[in-house]
Amino acid sequence: MTPLILKAIQEAKAAGRAVVLATNLSDGTQMLLPAPDAPGSLAHQARLALEADESRTVRLGETDWFLHVHNPKLRLIVVGAVHIAQALVPFAAATGFAVTVVDPRRSFATDERFPDVTVSTEWPDEAMDALKPDLRTAVVTLTHDPKLDDPALDRALKSEAFYIGALGSRKTHAARLKRLRELGHDEAALARIRGPVGLNIEAVTAPEIGLSIIAEIVAARRGSPLGQKQAEKQAA
Amino acid sequence: MSSVEAEDVMSVAATWAAAGEQVAIATVTETWGSSPRPAGSQMAVTKSGRMAGSVSGGCIEGAVADAAMKTIDTGAPQLLDFGITNERAWEVGLACGGKLKVFVEKVS
Repeated sequence: MTPLILKAIQEAKAAGRAVVLATNLSDGTQMLLPAPDAPGSLAHQARLALEADESRTVRLGETDWFLHVHNPKLRLIVVGAVHIAQALVPFAAATGFAVTVVDPRRSFATDERFPDVTVSTEWPDEAMDALKPDLRTAVVTLTHDPKLDDPALDRALKSEAFYIGALGSRKTHAARLKRLRELGHDEAALARIRGPVGLNIEAVTAPEIGLSIIAEIVAARRGSPLGQKQAEKQAA
Repeated sequence: MSSVEAEDVMSVAATWAAAGEQVAIATVTETWGSSPRPAGSQMAVTKSGRMAGSVSGGCIEGAVADAAMKTIDTGAPQLLDFGITNERAWEVGLACGGKLKVFVEKVS
């Protein structure tokens, strides 16, 4: 591997671009895809590997190629720069998420409380419009304040975010669903929200709740039965 | 799984190479059975003996590091085969019972 290719992969990651490093396993020659001069069959296989987010070896003609998928980081948007957010952030960083914490309350959203994390002090709806959650994004609301949580959840439900969680008791959650229904979200949309948030590990402290939330996000991402929503589990 | 989700071994390798170290990168290219790390998992090794990342549950890292030293010296990449049908696996003790291929290359 040349330092040049190594650098190009780093740059792609930093810019949020998905790339595939194709390595000819017979002679070690490499090509970073997509590239205009790539052979069609290799380019096609690289696209398939990217879509599946799965690095793999493919045989083209007589040659084995290893296709190493380098997707941009998964993202986690945390609304509410609260104590549980502080506990959640290190777990999320360790499991490979680029984290953005959103909270317009400047006394909460400080760099001192959230070192090494992107902090946004915009209103959640504006922040969400700018962040544009996609299929590789998880969204968690933690403020307990409808003024802040609801606009974030509204935007999350309009996005393809693979995980949407909202902190709050069953009673709080029922009231929240009622408000979101009034904003025009149907039952199928509302069923995407995980509330109470996190796997049920009887979490009590802020780090335990943070752990239960990240565990549920990982379970959802990896397709674990634990990551299914409660309603789905009951129906199954 | 892409490497960024686990640990970013490539950026560690880049940092080491930029600091003047001689570096090799080992990458899992294929797995069968109960291999603990998926294709794309990586380990970086320097001539000076630094190591980052992993390609198994700890079973074959030593053997891969030895192979990496050779690749650093010769510059030639290697495709290593580890598995229960391979005598080397007995030597290194692939306790997991899995089978995998690891590609070793020099950063140069």
